[in-house]
Order: sequence, then structure tokens, then C-alpha cells
Amino acid sequence: MLIYIAKRLLVALPTLLIVSMLVFGLQMLLPGDPVLAMAGEDRDPETLARIREQLNLNDPLPVQYLRWLGGVLQGDFGTSLRTGQPVSELILQKLPVTIQLAVMAMIFAALIGIPAGIIAAVRKGGVLDWTANIVALSGLSIPNFWLGIMLILLVSVNLGWLPASGYESIFVDPVRSLETMIMPAFVLGTGLAATLMRHTRSAMLGVLSADYIRTARAKGLTGRQVVLKHSFRNALLPVITLSALLFGELLAGAVLTEQIFTIPGFGKLIVDAVFNRDYAVVQGVVLCTAVGFLLMNLIADVVSVLLNPRMRAAL
Amino acid sequence: MTAIDMPAPRAKSRFWRKFRRNRAALVGGVIVAFFVLLAVAAPILPIADPLATSWTAIRLAPSAEYWLGSDEIGRDILSRMIWGAQASLMAGVISVAIAVMTGVPIGLIAGYFGGWTDTIISRFTDALLAMPFLIMAIALAAFLGPSLTNAMIAIGLSAMPIFIRLTRAQVMSVKTEDYVEGARAIGLGHLAIMRRYILPNIVPPIIVQATLTIATAIIAEASLSFLGLGQQAPAPSWGSMLNVAKNFLTQAPWMAWWPGAAIFLVVIGFNLIGDGLRDALDPREH
Repeated sequence: MLIYIAKRLLVALPTLLIVSMLVFGLQMLLPGDPVLAMAGEDRDPETLARIREQLNLNDPLPVQYLRWLGGVLQGDFGTSLRTGQPVSELILQKLPVTIQLAVMAMIFAALIGIPAGIIAAVRKGGVLDWTANIVALSGLSIPNFWLGIMLILLVSVNLGWLPASGYESIFVDPVRSLETMIMPAFVLGTGLAATLMRHTRSAMLGVLSADYIRTARAKGLTGRQVVLKHSFRNALLPVITLSALLFGELLAGAVLTEQIFTIPGFGKLIVDAVFNRDYAVVQGVVLCTAVGFLLMNLIADVVSVLLNPRMRAAL
Repeated sequence: MTAIDMPAPRAKSRFWRKFRRNRAALVGGVIVAFFVLLAVAAPILPIADPLATSWTAIRLAPSAEYWLGSDEIGRDILSRMIWGAQASLMAGVISVAIAVMTGVPIGLIAGYFGGWTDTIISRFTDALLAMPFLIMAIALAAFLGPSLTNAMIAIGLSAMPIFIRLTRAQVMSVKTEDYVEGARAIGLGHLAIMRRYILPNIVPPIIVQATLTIATAIIAEASLSFLGLGQQAPAPSWGSMLNVAKNFLTQAPWMAWWPGAAIFLVVIGFNLIGDGLRDALDPREH
């Protein structure tokens, strides 16, 4: 297994290298002189020269890239132009907030999507299947920032049940933390629940028509035993893999969700950085997201191998 | 027409028969057609100027005069919705066109030539796919500068790897077919083989993916405009209308109802058409 993980890590390395080149290359897209763009209103030649020196922009491009990559490998993503804080410190500050939001969203998605998928598959062609499919299609089509706004309007403004915005760490005040995060997590989890429902349904339909399920029924097992003990366990594997792969979607969704509910997380960090022209922060966030995505891909592969005896035997 | 082209028309007519029988796809088609008609007819419809402000009509609730209400500076929301449809649909279609026009040729080259060309393109595609769609689009829009055109370029480039990967996979399954080998045997060049024998046979799955990606692109444009990185004021787009509406939720909730509902409907329309096209192309459904 360790050899398998090492091999997969080795395959991910060139991808990571290209990601780093692309992220570094983003600053080439800045129209005109990047230093002018970064300096904003301050066009004082001394300031421009200082920024140019600070960012080593006088060096040839490959040298600039290698210097930047060397820093990144040591955890140095540069310094935020706005706050003066190291980008890595900013990311580490904001990441736990987004992880809490993402985990809660995933729990919501699994609690809604997986049972709905099972029911839809077992009752294929029936009213429940039809309803689940319509709800899933709606979940995939609804813009989550609009859903967030509508929920704030209904739950916070009209009913006054939950706060419309804010954040409290789960380690400081768990109750307040859950109060502020329930609505954003639901909003972020809606699209994922729809995707999980569709995949669970499709995986269950594949398993339910397998020979061993027919045998289990022939042996006289009840419908519930067949579904939960024999079918669901086998259908769960692709669903677990998919959940890990949905990580990227979760982070992208978090950008908008955090913006609507004013949650000081990773997503809000990138949006604020965009408006403050804090390009080092934008680069840092994009790079970290890509590394996280590749890591989740690796975890998904390893989990698939661990859970599937046939794949384990093939190693 | 050569013998190797013969099955195509039969398959095509079977595909259209199946697609037309799909009621959900038909509903999707009607929804999309409705919005397209509204967007195209916007200049000739008897509606108010979408940019005309009125200080006597600030944040008015829906009424006989203002069917969908008015916004924070007295503009007619119905008119802005109809003109906003142009921006949203155009952004969806143009960004997907950018993704298809860049992604398909690259995927075609990777799949057809294989070897090192394929390895390099595939690693590049993996790297692009590792960056989540919206985060990539936000980063690109940030560096390119906020505007609807740049948002479309950003969304198009972010969606490009999906088409590279899809095209590459399709080409790899088609290039070993007898008719491609035959074309090679009679001495046709690479470009002619790709254009005449490979491309026509991989178009259907690309159309399905493009339809589904239009839905994603419309949401992405609305998201970028919502964040202030897409359509700029005072020009209307559904995303930018929501961006303003979120500041007036208690005073004028209708400002938020309509743009979101329109995005939802048009996206559901494209998703239904995409699902219908995919089912019609799926041989297991025969």
C-alpha cells in the first residue's frame, strides 16, 4: 500500500509543478506594468522602484519563478500588500473556518443525498423517485448565493430564528458557532446533496440488478436486509470516492457562501484579496486550493483501494 | 457518400426521435426558448429604459405600473430583467464557445498524436482541473480586470480543460476504427483525417457537454457579477442585480426574488436539455 501511495504521489508531482507555473503565470495577465497595478493610486517612482525590488521584478522571468517556487516550498507565499502579514499566516488563520463550513456542508449533503438516492433507486419509476429527481435537479440548478439570500430573508429577517451573518469558532462558543454556521452549511451542501443523490441512485441501481442480490432475495432475506446489508455497502464505494472529489466544488462554493453570510474564511479571503489587488494572496489561495484538491484525489484513490478487496488484491 | 458514412444518418434520426420523445427535455427547450426570445426581442418590446432612473419610484413593490417592482434608484426591474437576460445568456454561450474552440482542438491533437504530445497536454489539463472552476475564474477575472468580456474569457478558459479531456477520450476511442485506418491507408494527411473522419464522429458528446456547461457558465457569470467581477454598473445582468439586492433585503425583497428565479429557471432549462441529449445518445437506453 505504501508503494502505491508513493507511486501516486510521484504522478502528482508534475501536475503540481505545472499548477505552480500557472499560478505564477497569473501575474503575467495583468494589463500593462504589474507594478503600476499593484501600487494602485500611488504612482510615486520611489514606491514603484521599492515594489519592483521587493518582488524581484528586475530579474529574468525563470529566475523570478524559481525564487518564488523556492519560497513556496518553504511555506513562504509572499507578503500581503494590504496587511503586511505573510500570506501563509493569513491562509492558516482562515482555513479552519472554511474547513468547519465544508465539513458541516458535507454532513448535510450526506444526510440528505444518500438516503434520498437509496429511496429513489429502490422505488425506481415511482412517485418518490420522480420527486427525488426533481429535487436533485433543482439543487443542481439553484445558484447557491440566491438560495442563501432567500434563506436570510425567510429564516433571519422574517422569522428571526437564526443570525443572518457572523462567525464564532466552535472551540470558543459551540452553540453560537452552530447557530451561525447551520444556514451557510445547508446552502453550501444543497448542490452536493443533489450530486450525491444522483450518484447513490445510479450506484444502487447498478448493484440492485446484480446476481448476488437476486440470490440474496431468493434466500428469503427481507427487502430492508437486501438494501442495507448487501446493496448499500457495495454502492457506497463510488459515493465515498465522489465525496472526496467534491472537495473542489465545496471550496468554490464556499467563496460565495462566505461572502453572503460574512464568514471570515478562505473564500472571503480570496474575494477581499481580489478587490484589494493583493495578488500574492490570490496566488497563495489558488495554489493551496489546487494542492488540497490533488491531496483529496489521492485520499479518494487510497480509500477506494482500502475498501475494495478486488482492488487491494490487484496491488 | 462512402460506405463508412452510411450508419450516421440512421443513428442521427434515431437520436432525434429519442430526444423529441423526452418530455423533460422539451420543457427545458421551452424554458430556454422563452428566455432567448425575451433577450433577442428586448430592443423592440414596449418596456421602460433599463437605465432610466426615477426619484419618485424608489423601491416600489410590484404593481400594475411596475410589474416586478422598481429598484433602489427607481429603475424598472422587469426591463432590467429582460435586458439582463441578454448579458446572462450571451455570457453562457460565448464562454462555452471559447471553451469549445480552445479545448476541442487541443484535445484532438492530444488524442490523435498520443505519445509525448498527449503526456504534456494531459499533465497541463490535470493541472488546470486541479483548480476549482469558480476559484480559477475569480483569479483570472481578478488579474484580467472586472468586466463582462473578461468574465466570459475567464469562464471560458476555466471550462476549457473539461473539453480537452472529453475530446481526447473520444478521439482515442474513434482513431482505432477501421474507417480511420482506411483513410490513413489511402494516404490522407493528419489534418484531413481529423477534420473529415474523427471530428464529425465525436461531435455529439461535445454538444451534450457544451449544453450542460452553458448552465454552469450562466451560474458562474452570475456569481462573478454578484461578486462585482462581471457586468459593471449601470448595465444590467442578473448576477449584478442580486449583488445590489442583497443590500435591500428588508426594504425591497422583490429586488432579490426575480433575478435569482430567472437564473434558476434558465439553468434548469439547459440542464434538462443536456440530460435529454445525454439520454438520447446513451446506447444503453435503446
